Amino acid sequence: MTFSDQFEQRFAEMLTHYPTKRSVLVPTLLYAQDEVGYLSEEVIEEIAQRLDLTELEVRNVISYYSMLTTKPRGKYNVQVCTNIACLLRGGEELLEHCETKLGIGHKGTTADGLFSLEEVECIGACSWAPAAQVNYDFHENMTVDKLDRVLDEYKKRPHSRDF
Amino acid sequence: MADLVSHPDEVRVVSKRFGKGATNIDRYLELDGYKAVQKALGMQPDVIVNEVKNSGLRGRGGAGFNTGMKWSFVPKQSAKPKYVLCNGDESEPGTCKDRLIFEHDPHAVIEGVMIAGFAVGSTTGYIYIRGEYRYLLEIMQKAIADAYSRGFLGKNIFGSGRDFNIYWHGGAGAYEVGEESALMESLEGKRGIPRIRPPFPAVVGLWGGPTVINNAETLASVPHIILGGADWYASLGPPKNGGTRLFCLSGHVERPGVYELPMGYNLKQMIYEVGGGIPNGRKLKAVVPGGSSTPLLTPEEIDVAMDFDSLTKVGSMLGSGGVVVLDETTCMVKFALRIMKFYRHESCGWCIPCREGTDWLEKTLSRFHAGGGLKKDIDNIQYLSENMLGRTFCPLGDAAAMPTISIVKKFRKEFEDHLEGRPCPFEEQGKIEQLPVMAD
Repeated sequence: MTFSDQFEQRFAEMLTHYPTKRSVLVPTLLYAQDEVGYLSEEVIEEIAQRLDLTELEVRNVISYYSMLTTKPRGKYNVQVCTNIACLLRGGEELLEHCETKLGIGHKGTTADGLFSLEEVECIGACSWAPAAQVNYDFHENMTVDKLDRVLDEYKKRPHSRDF
Repeated sequence: MADLVSHPDEVRVVSKRFGKGATNIDRYLELDGYKAVQKALGMQPDVIVNEVKNSGLRGRGGAGFNTGMKWSFVPKQSAKPKYVLCNGDESEPGTCKDRLIFEHDPHAVIEGVMIAGFAVGSTTGYIYIRGEYRYLLEIMQKAIADAYSRGFLGKNIFGSGRDFNIYWHGGAGAYEVGEESALMESLEGKRGIPRIRPPFPAVVGLWGGPTVINNAETLASVPHIILGGADWYASLGPPKNGGTRLFCLSGHVERPGVYELPMGYNLKQMIYEVGGGIPNGRKLKAVVPGGSSTPLLTPEEIDVAMDFDSLTKVGSMLGSGGVVVLDETTCMVKFALRIMKFYRHESCGWCIPCREGTDWLEKTLSRFHAGGGLKKDIDNIQYLSENMLGRTFCPLGDAAAMPTISIVKKFRKEFEDHLEGRPCPFEEQGKIEQLPVMAD
């Protein structure tokens, strides 16, 4: 299987960072997921082979980290924080609003494959709560109206399924 | 990205370059950048360790251990390479300060890692940044590359004949990895399961080599201590609690934000003057003084100096600097439930008291909040939590237990108000209103 040139450059660079090959595993999995959309059988096999690990060892690591997934999800993963600081400023209401608007629940994906929804733990935006992340972008000091505008903007972007 | 705030009581040390474009290496150099590291190159390792020890700098990640003391535990001679590891896996609920450091002053972290390396005889550092902070990882990648291109990192740094390398590393989502031994596991490409200690990381750490692990804010403070001196830094705070701290004010306050205040700053003043008090004329109910793992304080307890020792005296902890303010409309049962849900989600599952305890407590609190609570559950929640304390390999079990115990003890009446099928008295008032936000 092939990854982008940028992935390969970064992978080669990371291998020089550490005394053991295995140390590149966690960031490599996330970068691979960014390209493919999820950690498919093929990706797991490829990475295991490159790092001299068994596929089981790779799966074992994947299952530990909350950002890594072996299931496909929407192009835009909407992550709403409901942890304490966001809870106090309306995080749950934001999540409920997303559920209604997108018609999906926690870890669900819309039928068109555009959006996924996730209730997440603290994303480090407590002083700008309530907050959400769409993929890696932070959206802070949110209100239901602002969130609507944010989601509409993502919707308007060109709809290719490249990640 | 994140908005900056300011208040006249602030003492800007770590945040002095925030908003000044210091991610650009030339701008950083104009703002006294890389002066500390050059000064430290001319200092003996013991002198650096003592300087940091005497400054009273204590770990900003939460444990509050004297940083210079921690460095002094690294053996002078080692057959294996020594490492410095910067913990940027900021994820304690209520905490959002390291984010600003990486966003506005990444080179200060690089300098801090280098100086820690000189102090313990290491020539390699790693900067671990949580996976959710992708844009910060990119800022750090550029900062490191720029430092290499100027000869500040790599071989023969600053023409000194010495070498120093720093590498970036990204996580992929795990609170537990903020615990230092789990952080090393993660960096080695494994699940973030804590290690049994002793041996401590200072003796056996990354790939078996002695390793110094410090929080990003701790390391970003170090260059200022080297330039300004231990006495100056120590004088900013009360005895044994040197310097300033980035306090992350959140929850029910008029002006939430990250404020850099001297250690020992009064909590009441922080909430009412710096933070502008509670919105909508409401009354204060409770304060989380240092991130979700710290025991909550009641309004009667907030006339307290925000330093490690004063918070310990009132039965809580200064923790990671996350000050979360709760007004009178907050349901404490629901709050306790949300904290427990978090720790149940984050428990790595290794220790039974933590794995089973957090799950059982979440279920009990959930049933309780829904109105299915029994009177004996209140004592059970406390009993279960107390049985997690000190019975796990890492502090996650304690982190789940400590706030829960404090909520049951200090807000028992709220639990009683939920008993025997009664609906949550706070939900009756309707949904939590959206508070006015600071900026669009």
